[in-house]
Amino acid sequence: MSGRVLVGVKRVIDYAVKIRVKPDNSSVVTDGVKHSMNPFCEIAVEEAVKMKEKKLIKEVVAVSCGPQQAQETIRTALAMGADRGIHVEVTGKDYETLGPLQISKIMAALAKKEEAQLIILGKQAIDDDCNQTGQMTAALLDWPQGTFASEVSLEGDKIKVVREVDGGLETIKINVPAVITADLRLNTPRYATLPNIMKAKKKKIANMKPADLGVDITSRLEVLRVDEPPQRQAGVKEHKHGARNLAEGTL
Amino acid sequence: MANPLRAEVVRLYKNLLYLGREYPKGGEYFRARLRAAFSKNRCVQEPEKIRELISRGEFVARELEALYYLRKYRAMKKRYYEE
Repeated sequence: MSGRVLVGVKRVIDYAVKIRVKPDNSSVVTDGVKHSMNPFCEIAVEEAVKMKEKKLIKEVVAVSCGPQQAQETIRTALAMGADRGIHVEVTGKDYETLGPLQISKIMAALAKKEEAQLIILGKQAIDDDCNQTGQMTAALLDWPQGTFASEVSLEGDKIKVVREVDGGLETIKINVPAVITADLRLNTPRYATLPNIMKAKKKKIANMKPADLGVDITSRLEVLRVDEPPQRQAGVKEHKHGARNLAEGTL
Repeated sequence: MANPLRAEVVRLYKNLLYLGREYPKGGEYFRARLRAAFSKNRCVQEPEKIRELISRGEFVARELEALYYLRKYRAMKKRYYEE
């Protein structure tokens, strides 16, 4: 197999940031909050770049959908070793309702346009935790899918994927073209170092709109309410001699 | 005093400064210590010694990358795996 790999990268609130819900419960606070690339997307980029370094593929294209700032995430992917980027610009109201279905439509359209042979995505994003984009992209393209990948190897015109399933691993062999979604243990993503970020500034990012791809991104989902998770109960401190006192009936 | 290794030292400093922005105790904390570490050796002249110090700095950079990776990996594991 040789050719082009499409990697989806999502800009999310940084994993180390404490998430705050807006007072009106409509969504979470994103203004002035540190953002970075979704950790599972980093793993996806790393896998694609590794394939390229082994000369199994020719080109790695990083795709991100969102406002202007999504380009920063694409830059990070380019600094990690992707060859070029595609920024699908989605802003304002459309961005707020942008969900896995809309993204998978865009990815599917791009895969056809770019004649990609493989799409690698993170299994899920740490902000909405949907875990749907890869599956829906595969369905829209009618391509086989290797989800929750913890090991990927190319064998001729087939791909062997070891999947993380409940309580163990499952090994499958699928045809190319295919969609793969990366799980946590697939690899160790490299750090986007400062010199590489500088070099990445020379790489090209193409800009387009969903309409250019003929994709309709209206959403039929409505978010009713966003709430904080229930507060964890404070732990009870066990007395050093608690067990003994209990046995003696003094507690 | 245009030392031929100056560019390399500056590059290392910038790289460490960049890495330090994510330091768990804060970028300022790291920056102060980074400055102190570099200015402590500001008078070093011998190229041999400078090279040795640069490689130590590069080692610190690699350690920081590893630290950040582990921190993220652990956070993900805690969130998405029950064990």
